[in-house]
Amino acid sequence: MEDFSVLIGGKAGFGIDKATSILGRLLNQSGYRIHIYRDYPSLIRGGHTFSIIRSAQTKIAAHRNKIDVLLALNKETIDLHRTRLGEGALAIYDSEAIKELALPEQTQMLDVPIGKIVKEENAHEVMRNTCMIGAFSKACGIKKEVLERVITANFPKEAQLNLKIAQRGFAAARSLNPIAPVAAEPLPLISGSEAIGLGLIEGGLQDYVAYPMTPTTPLLHFLAEQADHFSLKVIHPESELGVILMALGFAYAGEKVAVGTSGGGFCLMTESMSLSGMSEVPVVIILGQRPGPSTGLPTYSGQTDLHFALNAGQGEFIRFVVAPGDLEESYCWSAHALRLAWKYQIPAVILTDKNLSEGIGNFDMPPAGEIQEDPSYLWDGEAPYKRYEETKTGISPIAVPPRKGAVIKVNSYEHDEFGITTEDIVVTKKMQDKRLRKGRYLLEELKNLRTVNTYGDVNRPTALLCWGSNKGVCMEVAQKLGLKVVQPIVLSPFPDDAFGKALRGVKKLIAVENNATGQLAGLIKAFGIIVDETILKYDGRPFAADELEMRVKETIT
Amino acid sequence: MNQTNLGTSAPNTWCPGCGNFSILNGIKSVLNELKDNACPLENVVIVTGIGCHAKIADYLNVNSFYAIHGRTVPVAEGIKIAKPELKVICFAGDGDAYGEGLEHLVFAAKRNIDITVVVHNNRSYSLTAFQYSPTSPLGFKGRSTPRGSIEAPINPLELMLASKATFLGRGTSRGLPLLTSLFREAIMHRGFALIDVLQVCVTFNNLYEYYAKKVYELENHDPKNPSAALTKIQEWDYNSDDQIPLGIFYRREEATFEEKFVPSRVDVQERDNKIKQFLSNSI
Repeated sequence: MEDFSVLIGGKAGFGIDKATSILGRLLNQSGYRIHIYRDYPSLIRGGHTFSIIRSAQTKIAAHRNKIDVLLALNKETIDLHRTRLGEGALAIYDSEAIKELALPEQTQMLDVPIGKIVKEENAHEVMRNTCMIGAFSKACGIKKEVLERVITANFPKEAQLNLKIAQRGFAAARSLNPIAPVAAEPLPLISGSEAIGLGLIEGGLQDYVAYPMTPTTPLLHFLAEQADHFSLKVIHPESELGVILMALGFAYAGEKVAVGTSGGGFCLMTESMSLSGMSEVPVVIILGQRPGPSTGLPTYSGQTDLHFALNAGQGEFIRFVVAPGDLEESYCWSAHALRLAWKYQIPAVILTDKNLSEGIGNFDMPPAGEIQEDPSYLWDGEAPYKRYEETKTGISPIAVPPRKGAVIKVNSYEHDEFGITTEDIVVTKKMQDKRLRKGRYLLEELKNLRTVNTYGDVNRPTALLCWGSNKGVCMEVAQKLGLKVVQPIVLSPFPDDAFGKALRGVKKLIAVENNATGQLAGLIKAFGIIVDETILKYDGRPFAADELEMRVKETIT
Repeated sequence: MNQTNLGTSAPNTWCPGCGNFSILNGIKSVLNELKDNACPLENVVIVTGIGCHAKIADYLNVNSFYAIHGRTVPVAEGIKIAKPELKVICFAGDGDAYGEGLEHLVFAAKRNIDITVVVHNNRSYSLTAFQYSPTSPLGFKGRSTPRGSIEAPINPLELMLASKATFLGRGTSRGLPLLTSLFREAIMHRGFALIDVLQVCVTFNNLYEYYAKKVYELENHDPKNPSAALTKIQEWDYNSDDQIPLGIFYRREEATFEEKFVPSRVDVQERDNKIKQFLSNSI
């Protein structure tokens, strides 16, 4: 096997997440590049949860529906996923839990008395996972020392017992579908949430404030876990209203802060997003989109809030909106978002979704030193201090309390340069012009960054247009079919110049989006660009590579 | 003492006789008093909501965050957690603090974060041209309830006591010496302090005469005793014609929220090394 997918499934409470992470690390340490898709319902116990761990010899960022190895701890897993099994695929199952099974004829079967082994070792039932991992390792040719190393490193509790059970699983299996050896150096295997969190830290994050809401809850957990290590204050207040307002308090007092939420929480944040725009107190919002409207599908994936992010908040103000497409972009652009929000004193939104945030993959970039702090917006002490001083760029110097000689007044009401409320005709227009002017300079600065990417066969006249987490799947399909990919990363202020250049030579533009209305296609219409086709998916599941390939083929032939 | 005027260039647009003037004068005199020892002026930040009260941000020449309706408290909390050396004082209206933003007040009290909240409680919505508020009496005839409001008011001090506030007081906009002393005590209190000011709106809800007959200052009251505090707080429910006690109802020392955080410090080199370390542990 060279490019293969392993599916592990079971009830919530079986420990599928932990098993997924260990399987990922086993294959990672065997030199493969990994992408993990996780699928779980919104419940605590029961239901059916599964992960697909795909491994390949080159970097990948999408899963496939077809699987090569099925790891079943209960019958339901086989019933639900047997149609995914390709020819010659392998099913490993707990013969104590599954007595009868109907599998496609060509399937190789490996029965392991997992339940019995666990019972004999007096271990908790959740350790059936460990036994399954041991059996998988033998069946697929993972070296025993790699298995032992990964198990020991990842079970701080009961390491010995887990090791024993893994070894027994290994011994009870036989080699069936060995993976092809690869020599690549393993890369870090992290989630999108971790990439965003590390990027924010790299950008100078000091505080993170959030109310838990899937799919950004793992980011809250990650930063809370890492708070002491990275000297962060992480707070979970009473509501999303409290979240963003507390963040604006942090920002006013001179600390770099981000907040995280999903659509419903973002609804509550919009009045303060507008407050941020007016008061010029910056904040970064990580918005994890879900299929909607309303509660929608809480634990599934969608790209439904592009227009919401672009338009949230009353009145007219500058905002920065970015939709990273993979782990590396999540890292870089989270850092950039923080830097740009502070320099331009505006709200910034980082758009993500469950597919990106909870997907796990290889992170391949030098991790640090990318972001240079730009202190040009800080007050130099030249009196009198005017919080909203008129400048060429519209950016007024920031001072932070306590500062002798400066009275720092920020205001949600229209205000003069000192921050004193006004309803004066001339001042009102002048200040609105000042705030909007920042957008022009931001757009200018963005020309130095890669705001629009192109991939694949860039000379082909047919291009897939995508944004956010569809990047990986579109790149893979385009490569296979010889197409071009155009991916705008920054969505506000829209880099129409770079976007126009990226579209040069494109005769047929196909928008690929995880929503029902084609939101990016709608956005570019304002710039006079009409897509020729749309491939939309809005059932809560991201595109699998094999699925998108089929749909693109239908569109281009 | 070197008196600073603390005024700004903004023309004052409160109605003549508005109770807000007492609050403005009271806070000015306290800030002047504290500026040479306990609290330099640059360490003061005031946060306001939206309503007539909020104009105090324009009239006081100190750091200010003129926020939005109901939302003073979480902004103040963020400022205080970031910079515990600052004195953060919220000025909010009754619609603001007890209506739109009530949840924030309950949670700030629960956390015992060291901020002061001064509520300009005129018991009506005035800037929006006269409607009933959370502390208007039953039957209040405002323009949204022309036949009289059909709900009784909340007693905000009772709610705050239940929410674990550690300093609770009440004053009126006629009685500057008491008001000034309440402000001083509340600002110097380490923990969450709320002063409910029966501030009179002369235009829409002129209760000067009424309060003059009803209010009295607490005497022989032990503010450390929670059950005595509750009894005194319940003496008037904002609805009845009972006597209205003024003064400090409750005061208790407790650990504060902001002191539980370690100040953030960012060492770029150290941060980069830690990111690298995290990544290498993720293989």
